[in-house]
Amino acid sequence: MTFSTPSNLVPETNGAAVAAAAKNDFIVKAGLAQNLKGGVIMDVVNAEQARIAEEAGACAVMALERVPADIRKDGGVARMSDPKMIKEIIEAVTIPVMAKVRIGHFVEAQIIQHLNVDYIDESEVLTPADEQHHIDKSKFKVPFVCGAKNLGEALRRINEGAAMIRTKGEAGTGNVVEAVRHARQLMGEIRKVQAMAEEELYVYAKEIQAPYNLLKETARLGRLPVVNFAAGGVATPADAAMMMHLGMDGVFVGSGIFKSGDPAKRARAIVQAVTHYNDPAVLASVSEDLGEAMVGINCDLLPEEQKFAKRGW
Amino acid sequence: MAEKKKLRIGVLALQGAFSEHIHLLNKLKADVAEAIQIRTKEQLQDPSLDALILPGGESTTMALVAERSGIMEPLREWVKAGKPVWGTCAGMILLSNTAHRTKKGGQTLIGGLDVTVKRNAFGAQVDSFVADLSVPVLPDNERPFSGVFIRAPIIESIDPEKVSVVARVNKGIGEEEYVVAVRQGNILATAFHPELTDDDRFHRYYIDLVRTIASTTPA
Repeated sequence: MTFSTPSNLVPETNGAAVAAAAKNDFIVKAGLAQNLKGGVIMDVVNAEQARIAEEAGACAVMALERVPADIRKDGGVARMSDPKMIKEIIEAVTIPVMAKVRIGHFVEAQIIQHLNVDYIDESEVLTPADEQHHIDKSKFKVPFVCGAKNLGEALRRINEGAAMIRTKGEAGTGNVVEAVRHARQLMGEIRKVQAMAEEELYVYAKEIQAPYNLLKETARLGRLPVVNFAAGGVATPADAAMMMHLGMDGVFVGSGIFKSGDPAKRARAIVQAVTHYNDPAVLASVSEDLGEAMVGINCDLLPEEQKFAKRGW
Repeated sequence: MAEKKKLRIGVLALQGAFSEHIHLLNKLKADVAEAIQIRTKEQLQDPSLDALILPGGESTTMALVAERSGIMEPLREWVKAGKPVWGTCAGMILLSNTAHRTKKGGQTLIGGLDVTVKRNAFGAQVDSFVADLSVPVLPDNERPFSGVFIRAPIIESIDPEKVSVVARVNKGIGEEEYVVAVRQGNILATAFHPELTDDDRFHRYYIDLVRTIASTTPA
């Protein structure tokens, strides 16, 4: 059940109006993510790359200063992008533009919202600004997407106002293994809660530190109550199609495109692969002659402090 | 009165909110035999398909994927043949003959609807909104329809000889009024997303329209 306060317990009068406005606000935020489903969102670092992504059929672009592979290579603190670059990208394309802010950095989010970006990614790929608190995303007019590696984390982010979730994977590695791990973990937990009795759900909510109401809704729906994309290590059409088979609603591709030999061709191929993920004949044809894939990193050899997926609380 | 035929309705599933249409159609069990995802030319050319819906999503993406998947021409043939089609948001853009604010180099359209649309007419996502619409053609029409406008297009101009206005939106007192739903023969188009609401009246209206078109078109 969803809790509702008994009438006139306190002297407030506009509760229903506030609730109705909040409901419409969330319909619009989550609705944009619904429109992005079955599509590919591509990391871009300038207007030229954004145009390549749009021509390839990306359903949105993610503006950031350096792709995750370069953030890994360069080290140092990774922050939100220069507003000038974000404005140039918004100017260059007609598809939605997203931008990343550091975990907990609500002022970066205020700045990005002011630039009229369409979605904000509160992202573990950037260096966290707060090691306890995520941004209170419900206060913003612009919608947020957040990373998650399991069900508890996803529902905590939704509770804070995220209107879209993505698996974390391990960005900038070109290795899909962590994205698969997180998708399997999330979908496995959802199947588990679907079989639970009411009293078990109360216990499980405590165990995974998830809000009970959202957990209950997830069990009823048999999926997350918002759109859920794959991210973090997708480098080939086959990787993208596999994530769709695992129950993801669409795919983010970061370094995988612009760190490869022929970005335009690879980008087109991944777009086709997400639409036709169920058709091996199409996958075989688009996988042909794509040139060099990004080299990739073996995640087992990645030092603990370089694992982005651990960031987020 | 004879039992009404249950319909098989295809929903273009290249990208976007196609499963939302399918889930809503599946609730209308008395009228819908099956709601089917359409990704290929072969699926679209199935002669038992009674009607088609083009969902919301990114029209640029849908057009590019449609061309590369060899389904753009079959979609044009569907519309030209006078078969029923309904486009919501991105779907409406694809059905229009002219679209403004498209990507650099322009955008391929299916066409058929004698209107000019303007993409992202209200601005970025922060300008997306929900507004009550008065829609006289709907069942139970004294109740407003909740129009969900997400980076939505508007219809800038229509050919009044051929196209009839189904709904307009007014964001508030003193604000300009825009055409956001039209019909032209076999084509229905809405700038908003009935599939993102629990209100099935627009889908029921479309089903009635499909039956009317079927009864007036020689087999």
